Amino acid sequence: MRIRALIKRIALQLFRDKRTLALLFVAPLLILTLMHFLFTSNEVDSMLGVEGVSNEMLEQWKSNGLDVVTFPINSDVKKSILEHDLDGYLVVKGPTMTLTLENTDPSRSKGLRAKVQQALVGNLNGENSSEIKTNFVYGSEETTFFDVLSPILVGFFVFFFVFLISGIGLLRERMTGTLDRLLSTPIQRWEIVLGYLIGYGLFAIIQTIIVVTYSVNVLDMILVGSFWHVLVVNVLIALVALSLGILLSSFASSEFQMIQFIPLVIVPQVFFTGIIPVDGMPEWLQALSRLMPISYGSDALKSIMYKGYGLSDVISSLMVLIGFAILFILLNIVALKKHRKN
Amino acid sequence: MPILHVDNVSKSYGKHQILTNVNLTAETGQILGLIGPSGSGKTTLIKLIMGMDVPTTGVVEVLSKKVPNLDILRQIGYMAQSDALYQDLTGLENLSFFASMFLMNKSERKDRIAYVTRIVQLENAIQMKVSTYSGGMKRRLSLAIALIQNPEILILDEPTVGIDPELRKSIWQELSRLKTEEHKTIVVTTHVMDEADKCDMLTMIREGKVITTGTPHALKVEYEVSNLEEVFLKAEGVHRAH
Ligand SMILES: Nc1ncnc2c1ncn2[C@@H]1O[C@H](COP(=O)(O)OP(=O)(O)OP(=O)(O)O)[C@@H](O)[C@H]1O
Ligand SMILES: [Mg+2]
Repeated sequence: MRIRALIKRIALQLFRDKRTLALLFVAPLLILTLMHFLFTSNEVDSMLGVEGVSNEMLEQWKSNGLDVVTFPINSDVKKSILEHDLDGYLVVKGPTMTLTLENTDPSRSKGLRAKVQQALVGNLNGENSSEIKTNFVYGSEETTFFDVLSPILVGFFVFFFVFLISGIGLLRERMTGTLDRLLSTPIQRWEIVLGYLIGYGLFAIIQTIIVVTYSVNVLDMILVGSFWHVLVVNVLIALVALSLGILLSSFASSEFQMIQFIPLVIVPQVFFTGIIPVDGMPEWLQALSRLMPISYGSDALKSIMYKGYGLSDVISSLMVLIGFAILFILLNIVALKKHRKN
Repeated sequence: MPILHVDNVSKSYGKHQILTNVNLTAETGQILGLIGPSGSGKTTLIKLIMGMDVPTTGVVEVLSKKVPNLDILRQIGYMAQSDALYQDLTGLENLSFFASMFLMNKSERKDRIAYVTRIVQLENAIQMKVSTYSGGMKRRLSLAIALIQNPEILILDEPTVGIDPELRKSIWQELSRLKTEEHKTIVVTTHVMDEADKCDMLTMIREGKVITTGTPHALKVEYEVSNLEEVFLKAEGVHRAH
C-alpha cells in the first residue's frame, strides 16, 4: 500500500518532467542512430549464390528477404562470387553446408550470415544451424565494430540513463528534505527502496522495449536470439543500474556531485564491456573486469543478440547481475539509516 | 505520566557539542513552547525527539516508548523547519501521498484531507502545483500534512514563519482547540514572543542548554518583568553571568 503510493508518486513526477522523460526514452535512440550511421556503410541488399539447395527451401529464403541466385553444382565458388558480384555463396552437400563470404564489407557479411543462419534455424528447427562452415574470400572471421558494439550499446544506454535518472531522483528527495519527511512517517526503509526500484523500474522496462524495438526494426541491428531474452537481460541491467544509482546518490550532496560519478563509475565500465577484448588484458585488469556489473550484462547481450544463445546459456552472467542487484539493494536499506536510525 | 520525556540528553556532531544535558517534559494536552536564539539547538532537539538522529547520551521517551521507534511515528505529526514538499505535485497529491503512508483507507483519507485543508485555508489552491505556491501557502500545506493522520502529538518547528497575522491567529486558535477539545499535545518552536505567551509551558534554550522552564506567567513573575521578551533577555543575561 505504501509502496504503491510511492510508485504512483514517482510515476506522476516523471510524467510531469518531460525533459527527463525525453532523456530516458529518446536520447538513447538518437545516439544509437548516430552510431549506426557512423559504423555501417550504405546498406545494399545482399546477394547470395547457392547450389545444391531444394526448391522449397529456396522459396522460403526468398520470402525471408534473401536475394538468392542458383548456380549449377560444383561451380568455382570464388570465381562465381567475383564475377557475379555476390556477397556470399552457400554450398549444400548432404548434411554439410559451406558458406563463403565475399567480406569486403564485414558488417554486411555478418548480416548475411546471420540471415542465412536465421533462415536455416527456421527451416531445420534449429538442427545443424551451428554447423555451417564459413569461408571468407577476403579477410577472416574478424568481427565488425557495430555488430559487436550494438548489443553492448543497448545494454550500456539502459545502464547509463537509468543510473543517472534514478540517482538524481533520490538525490533530489534527499536535498529537498522530503526524504527526511517521508522517514518521519512509519514507512519501513525497505519499503522506500522497493518503491523506488519498482517506480523507476517500470520506466526502465519501457525504455528497454523502446530501445530494443528501435534498434532491431529501424536500425536493423543483428538479433539472432529472442527479443524477450534481450528484454530480460536489459531489465536485470536496469535493476543493477537503479540500485547502484540510488546507492551512490547517498554519497552525493548535489546534482553536480552525482554527475561526477559518471567518469568514476560509468566510464571505466565502458572499457570492460568487451569493446576491448578482455582476454588480452593483463591478469589484474581481467580481475577488475569481473567487478564491473556491465561486463556481465554485455556478455549476455552479445551471446543472445549476436550468437543466438538462449537465456539458459547465459544463466551464470544473469546470476551475477542478480547478485549485484541484491547486494546494492541491501546496501541501500542500510544507507538510509543515515536519515533515520531504525 | 508525561507523554514526552527528554532525559538528560546531550548531542554532539564530531567535536561540536550542540546540546548539553537537556531535560524536557510535556504532559498530555499541553502546548510546550521551545524558544531560543538562532543556532541554539531547537531543531536538533526536535530531530532527536523524532528519532531522526540519536542522542550521544541520554534518552528520549515518547508515549512511554524509547525513541527511535517506528510505531510511535504514527502518533506524531511533524512539521519540519524547511518545507519538505513535492514541488511538481499538487497540494492534494502531496496530502494524499502522505495520507497513504499512514495506511488510511479511501474515505478516511478523503475526510482527513478535506478537514486539514479547511484548517489551513488552502481549499482554493489544493489543485495547484506546489511550485506555484507562495511561501506562506507552502508552510500551511506542511502544517496540513502534519495533521493528516490525526496524531496524538504535534511537533512543529517554527510553524508560522511567513504566515500573515490573520492566518497566524486562526492557526493558533486551531492549535488551542486541538489541545482543549482533542487533548493533543503540541511541541512548538518559535521566535515570536506573543506566540510563546499562548503556550502552557515554555522552555528556553541557549547554546544547547536549558536556561529556564515554566509557565509564561510564572516566568514573568520569577524575573519580575511584564513581558516574555524581557524574560528571555534577562534569563540570557543571568546565564551569561554564570
Ligand atoms: N548535522 C549537523 N552537523 C553539524 N552541526 C550541526 C548539524 N545540525 C546542526 N548543527 C549545528 O547545531 C547548532 C544548532 O542548530 P539548530 O538547527 O538545532 O538550531 P536552531 O535552534 O533550530 O536554530 P534556528 O532558530 O535558526 O532554526 C548549529 O550551530 C548548527 O550549526
Ligand atoms: Mg531550527
